[in-house]
Amino acid sequence: MSSTVKHEEKPTTAGRTGGGSGGFGSLLRLRELPVLIALALLVLITFLNNPLFLSPQGIKDLLLNATIIVILAAGQTLLIITRNIDLSVGSMLGLVAFGTGSIFAAMPDLPILAVLLLGMAFGAVLGMVNGFLVTVAKVPALVITLGTLYVFRGFNNAWAGGKQYFAGDRPEAFGALSVDTVLGFPIITLLAIAVVAAVAVYMAGTRPGRDLYAIGSDPEAAKVLGIKVSKRVFLAFLANGALAGLAGVLYASRFNSVGATTGTGMELDVVAAAVVGGVAIFGGSGTVAGAALGALLLTTITSSLTALRVDKFWQQAIVGILILTAIVIDRLASLRTARKLRMSEARNV
Amino acid sequence: MMLNRKNTGRRAQLAPLMAITAAAAMALTACGGGSGTTGETSAAVQEQKITFIPKQLNNPYTDVVLGGGKDGSQEAGFASSQVVGPLEASASSQVSFINAETQAGTNVIVIAANDPDAVCTALGEARSAGAKIVAFDSDANPDCRDVFISQVVAKEVALIQTKLIAEQIGGSGEIAILSATANATNQNEWIKFMEEDLASNPAYKDIKLVAKVYGDDDDTKSFQEAQGLLQAHPNLKGIISPTTVGIAATARYLSTSAYKGKVALTGLGLPNEMRPFVKDGTVKEFALWDPAQLGYVAAFAGKALVEGKITGAPGDKFTAGELGDRTVEEGGVVIVGPPTVFNAQNIDQYDF
Repeated sequence: MSSTVKHEEKPTTAGRTGGGSGGFGSLLRLRELPVLIALALLVLITFLNNPLFLSPQGIKDLLLNATIIVILAAGQTLLIITRNIDLSVGSMLGLVAFGTGSIFAAMPDLPILAVLLLGMAFGAVLGMVNGFLVTVAKVPALVITLGTLYVFRGFNNAWAGGKQYFAGDRPEAFGALSVDTVLGFPIITLLAIAVVAAVAVYMAGTRPGRDLYAIGSDPEAAKVLGIKVSKRVFLAFLANGALAGLAGVLYASRFNSVGATTGTGMELDVVAAAVVGGVAIFGGSGTVAGAALGALLLTTITSSLTALRVDKFWQQAIVGILILTAIVIDRLASLRTARKLRMSEARNV
Repeated sequence: MMLNRKNTGRRAQLAPLMAITAAAAMALTACGGGSGTTGETSAAVQEQKITFIPKQLNNPYTDVVLGGGKDGSQEAGFASSQVVGPLEASASSQVSFINAETQAGTNVIVIAANDPDAVCTALGEARSAGAKIVAFDSDANPDCRDVFISQVVAKEVALIQTKLIAEQIGGSGEIAILSATANATNQNEWIKFMEEDLASNPAYKDIKLVAKVYGDDDDTKSFQEAQGLLQAHPNLKGIISPTTVGIAATARYLSTSAYKGKVALTGLGLPNEMRPFVKDGTVKEFALWDPAQLGYVAAFAGKALVEGKITGAPGDKFTAGELGDRTVEEGGVVIVGPPTVFNAQNIDQYDF
């Protein structure tokens, strides 16, 4: 797997210094194509069976359902691409969401922007804990963040106890962020789109962003090339934490209650979204747009199966099948790329 | 058998202390605890311990119940009361906590079963070790507990909810139920009575129950289930949510969507959680009992069982502190009290 990815990445890492990489750009885009087609088909079939699915309220619900997972998936992509992972996002979101509830309970007049920034800072600190442990202790992120998943959740349980904050405890304007729409898009969804766009530009168009791909393709080679691997990975964890923080604040805006169990189990949805969206779990390839589409697809499946009145017990099985399909497609695509590259290299020699 | 023989050996040294209290039953069950367990039991007359195992910790409803349980335990004279339990309300998650209580020699285990049968074996072991089992909130299989403290008569809870929804939708139209987990004992019993009531009561002949969905007592899931209900059933006029998490999540969704004021919502909710939705008109009326009384009565029932004043047989009577006498009814059920209906006029008088 890693060797095929390496082949695929060579041209794109070269692309950052030189001009366009059209052929490979479209190849990369292919990874997202199946997701897009699946999403379109799903929405179409559901719509034909139940026109209410695409009523203004229906569309708004679909977008809102995806928003928080999209933001988390954007952060997760940064990490998975570097061959890392963060399983503690659900716990980080929970801590920040409960923190948001506490802040508003203590200082109801605090400007919303300040709360957003505070939440992101809080998340960034938690992300730094992960990043520090991973880069300094040199233990796989899977293990470290599995640990912090429980540690953060433990803090949340100790801090919150049975206390919950409800939507009624927060200013109306704050809740309105996830109710009011601009051009049909809820405000928090626009925020998520902005996040995805920013991360996408960073990853595709900046040197540190390209470094992340290089690190994920081959960490040793990246080090040899002079890339500051630890620093980049640490910053990726920090950024992921900040995004989990943002998601936590938005969670408090959208949902009624925040408490000790908020966000439990969310990490798996997030990783699933990234994988379904074509982000290779062994790092080195995938895009944040793909992960966002993956998130949209997974949340839309839940909504459409409910709208189609399919028994909800099937929903998890279907999500599982999708993950497996995504991995098979990913594997086939990289095998084919590897074969093509081998053939073209052979001819060139 | 090897273990047993070893125990007997150790016991022989302690024999003078133990005197007649060492029952044969103890020898069978004391494999793990050895002589320590037996010693504790003989001292238990003064030092009685009660442990509450709710469906899930850190659930606001549970907290109120447990608050009442703590008060009740103190007043009933337990030396210590504690709360242990899972953070997630899943079928098997309570078993390890029951086992731990058995080993600790707890005298009374008060449990709200996530699944009536999954906890049965573990409760059976606890009983044979001498513990009394009080089920509350959600019943365990009647074979595995001594008494069940029920909020209210299950049928009464069901009927008040069908009555409220019928009033709110004007007696006709499609309704749906958004419940907790698909195998929650109490919710399923209420739903059964609601279905019977809707089918048999002529006043409800124009009301059609079109769906039952499960939000697993999870805010996010309940939220999405509420959305799905409204999409799948465009003519839906009302939702009954017989669970505090479900009704609050649904209320939040309704109050932030185009359905506000168009789709009625009732069920069982906590006044503190539902207050904003009652005030903004999303919810007209909902019901609940006083959850604190549930824990309170459970503690006194546990005390009466330990002291041998009741056995859980129908007709047994005990005093539940300031709430007065309670009688064990058919099936070992003890009823706490009638449900209360909350609306904009009275909701501010309640704080739980």
